[in-house]
Formats: sequence, structure tokens, C-alpha cells
Amino acid sequence: MKSTELMIKIIDNIATTIHENKEYLTELDAKIGDSDHGINMDKGFKMVQEKLHAVKDKDCGTILKTVAMTLVSTVGGASGPLYGTAFLKAASVVSDKKEINKDDIVKMFEEAIMGIKMRGKANKGDKTMLDALIPAYEELKKSIENNETIIEAFDKGQKAAYEGVEYTKKIAAKKGRASYLGERSIGHQDPGATSSYLMLKAIYDTLKEAK
Amino acid sequence: MVGIVIVSHSSKIAEGIVELSRQMVQSNVKIIPAGGTSDGRIGTDATKILEAIKKANDGDGVIVLADLGSAILSTEMAIDLLDEDIKNKVIIADAPVVEGSVAAAVEASLGSDLEKIKESAEESKRLIKINS
Repeated sequence: MKSTELMIKIIDNIATTIHENKEYLTELDAKIGDSDHGINMDKGFKMVQEKLHAVKDKDCGTILKTVAMTLVSTVGGASGPLYGTAFLKAASVVSDKKEINKDDIVKMFEEAIMGIKMRGKANKGDKTMLDALIPAYEELKKSIENNETIIEAFDKGQKAAYEGVEYTKKIAAKKGRASYLGERSIGHQDPGATSSYLMLKAIYDTLKEAK
Repeated sequence: MVGIVIVSHSSKIAEGIVELSRQMVQSNVKIIPAGGTSDGRIGTDATKILEAIKKANDGDGVIVLADLGSAILSTEMAIDLLDEDIKNKVIIADAPVVEGSVAAAVEASLGSDLEKIKESAEESKRLIKINS
């Protein structure tokens, strides 16, 4: 399968996964945030899904940029500019490319994380999406350096992201609406980390299925 | 003249602040609202903010007053998406959105530069409302 074709499939599957978990994400957000994460993400990715057909013959950079711009203009909450920046940074790695390789994937992931750090002025341990994404990136990178397949790399990545989500239950929020709760946010898992995990899981599932 | 953009999660708040600020200055300073999402939800939209900044800019730059949380993130995102020639002439004031907007409008109407307007808006953080 062509990289662009696979990328479209992955994004479409991410959108479906977010839609299926809309209530779940909103419930998580109701406990420590403003209970709109699921609704907002679903709005954004539904619009992304609608726009995919129009870019299916474009390069990977254009596809990812379309995802980014759609998210920043439709999500509404902080996850819009955060995920938007992540997709935009990833897009810059593969601009004009119709085929991408393992190194591109590592670089895209790295740029996406740097984008989120820059935009959110956050780091690991702040109880944010980074607590799922950073461990996932580290495992994925290690796996690719050990010459494992992309599928194995994403499998390890999504498992690390899941562990990261579990870890967010143990720590207090330092960013966003949940930080107003301070210590009282302990015991609840972070909705942003959860949506990041769901996206990585969707990537893995799509790759496995497309094999 | 420096333009002003008001960013809020609520379109009503953004429009209300524009209305209030215009009443306070009665001059031709451009004050543009960028509140809520395009489908009428509570939230912020970086592309809406981007358009508002372009509309408010007549060459002397734009100051943005924003409420909180994603309003700041979306504004920073919008600034990143601007063309290089406008980008360095847009700043966000670290100020309460209502009081800061009125202060910025007054200062802008006097023909002050971007830095001076930012300073005035940020001074409103220390505004004492009740003299005991």
C-alpha cells in the first residue's frame, strides 16, 4: 500500500476511534476539566474525516497539514492548537513526500512532541498528553533502531502510551483547567493523555490490519 | 494606529467587550472580536483569530487581549500562522480581558505604539476598584 493511502486510512481510523470514545473522553474530562474533551475532539476529527477525500491524492505533508488546520479551527478547546501544532510539525517533516520511511516516522513523532511542548509549555510529569506521547516515542524509536518492523514499533509505542495514561492517575495536574484542582486531580487519569493513547492505538490497529 | 483583537471562549463576551471599549474611546481604533467557535460553541478558533488580526492590522500592529486557557494557545497558534511581515507586530497582553481591553483601547486611541499599549493593558492587573 502507498504511504499516502495508508496515512488516509490511519487518520480515518483515528477519527472513528475518537468518535467511539467521545462519551468516555468527556466523562474523564468531567472529573478534572470542563467536560468537553470528547465533544471537542469528535467535532474536530469528524470535520477531518469529511476533508480526507479531497486530499487523498496529495502528498503526506499536505494530508497532515489539512488535519492540523482543520483541528485548530474546529476543536475549540486547548487540544485544538495542541494537536494542531503536533500535526503541523509532523507535516513539515514529510512535505512533498508521497512515500515515507522509518526515519521519517521517528522524526515526525519527535517534531510533533516538540510542537506540543512548545505550544503547551509543558513537559513529562505535568499530567498532559505528553505523559502518553513521550514514553510512546521513546519505545518506538528504540524499536526502530533495533530494526524491528513498523508494526512492532507502534505496538510497543501504544503499550507505553497506555502505561503513561495509567501513570497520570498518580500525579497532580500542572497544566490546563485541571491544574486549578492541584492535588485533588490525583486519582483521575488525564483525558488528553487518553486521547493520545487512543490515537496511537488506532495507528497500530490500522497498520496491523493493512499488513 | 494599532488595532485590537478580543479573544474569548464566548462570542458574546468578545462582542460585548468590543461594544464596551468602543463606547469608552469613541475613536476610529479598530477593535475586532474573535470569540467562540464557528459553529457557535464555547471555545476558541485559531483561524478566526488569524482573520481578526489581519482585519485589525493597518500596518502599525495588533495587540490581542484574551481570556484564558485555550484562548492563549489558539492566539499563539494564530500568530505562528501569520506571514512573517505581520508576525512580529502582533503581541498578546498578559492582562484581564475586560479591564485590559478598555485600557488598550484608550491608549491606542492616543496613537501610542504597541509596547506602550501593552504596558497600559497590563497595568490594569493592579487596578484598584474599591477605595476603602
